[in-house]
Amino acid sequence: MAATALKCRECKTEYALEARYVCEKCFGPLEVDYSAPDVHDVGELRRKIQGGPQNIWRYADFLPLENGQPGSASRNSTAGGLPAGCTPLIRADRLAERLGLREVWVKNDAANPTHSFKDRVVSVASARARELGFTTLACASTGNLANAVAAQAAALGLPSYVFIPANLEEQKILATGVYGTNVVAVNGNYDDVNRLCVELSGEREGWAFVNVNMRPYYAEGSKTIAYEIAEQLGWQTPDRVVGPIASGSQFTKLDKAFAEWLELGLISGSHPTFNGAQAVGCNPVAHAWEQGRDFCQPVKPDTIAKSLAIGNPADGPYALDVAKRTGGSIEQVTDDEIRHGIRLLAETTGVFTETAGGVTTAVLKKLADQGAIDKEERVVLVITGDGLKTLDAVRDSFEVHTIEPTFDAFEREFAGVSGAAR
Amino acid sequence: MAVKVKLPTQLRAVAGGDSEVLVEAATVGQALAALYAVHPDLKDRIADDDGTLRRFVNVYVNGDDIRFGEGLDTPLAAGAELQILPAVAGG
Repeated sequence: MAATALKCRECKTEYALEARYVCEKCFGPLEVDYSAPDVHDVGELRRKIQGGPQNIWRYADFLPLENGQPGSASRNSTAGGLPAGCTPLIRADRLAERLGLREVWVKNDAANPTHSFKDRVVSVASARARELGFTTLACASTGNLANAVAAQAAALGLPSYVFIPANLEEQKILATGVYGTNVVAVNGNYDDVNRLCVELSGEREGWAFVNVNMRPYYAEGSKTIAYEIAEQLGWQTPDRVVGPIASGSQFTKLDKAFAEWLELGLISGSHPTFNGAQAVGCNPVAHAWEQGRDFCQPVKPDTIAKSLAIGNPADGPYALDVAKRTGGSIEQVTDDEIRHGIRLLAETTGVFTETAGGVTTAVLKKLADQGAIDKEERVVLVITGDGLKTLDAVRDSFEVHTIEPTFDAFEREFAGVSGAAR
Repeated sequence: MAVKVKLPTQLRAVAGGDSEVLVEAATVGQALAALYAVHPDLKDRIADDDGTLRRFVNVYVNGDDIRFGEGLDTPLAAGAELQILPAVAGG
């Protein structure tokens, strides 16, 4: 597959593969269009992918770069940018048992270089930005993207500007500033930050805002999560995917990736059912789903799940379409359910996720409790970020045993706990 | 009253290159109608025939999305700044 054009998702007008993200005719979003794939031997294509680098560039044939994998052929060179992807897919039997399900897998995208799936999208956006001659990277971010852009720019030796809401979690600000970027904290919420960046992107020549003027390329990077899931499951689709929804972009690209590979015959199985996860405190897509609408009314976010706190989700209508078309749904959970979701995943799998993963895990639990998931299904839970970035969510949620450094003190504290003494 | 309408780069080609236009209006709807009167080609880009804004068009008054106000009926004070931007989000 080769990228051939940018195409409007609404009116289908086509544009050249440049730094453009909105249709001039109807203001619809642009998406990368590819030529029909010419695959005669799927076995050969699978072997080519398996022989590729241990990062997202093993899927370069399905990504929108002119020159394929960027930089040096060396697998771990940062000359082509900070390598992302190839994160673990873990079979979570204890979580499945707790939920009364047979087969649950956790796609742990916290295992990326800056601990979220954003390294994937930034890899693709920054590689395409360099092909197009841009010299500065920038983004509007709820935190994870800021981390990823700052790190990627550092690896590539490019200056960068990251725009974040001023009230962001401290961990995310510290983990961004360390890379030597320009951190711009905006007094406002993410939607204010985003509005500013959309305006700036039109005025700053040479700046690639990865999620604004690079957006069509950036969004394609999310497909690699689904490609990996399919490859890790032995070239098969899961029955169900439960994933988070902020702007809705990742959700729609997971759907697109499975569709692409099913059409090619590269993977077997049926198209997965898609369940989207939002927080009650920022639920524009879940609310639209509940109301049976095909558009989203913006909301003012108020939730601990700040990485999902996009009140005005640009891809919301398409996320609604994916849930509807695949027989899924879009669910919402409260902040308390999110905290419990973080603990549930941590206690049953050893994976500590940030609040977004708490949202996703809590939605999986909700669906399981409702009996909405068939016991025989193979379910994949998409975990997109690391719990170390949102420590406040688990603060005071457990007891610390403070004791004097003596044997007796320990024995007293744990008296009656079987096996504690020997 | 006089209000300022700021145009995104994507719309300037059909607005004679203007990045902002001053119009007389008391509501968002009136401001847009006045804008279309100055630059007729703009209407087709951002609104349907009946004047409803397309779903990927965001309009802000002094930084606030008009969907948090009264939509096209949102009132404008003198000196208000109305901004038209494409919907794009994710981060």
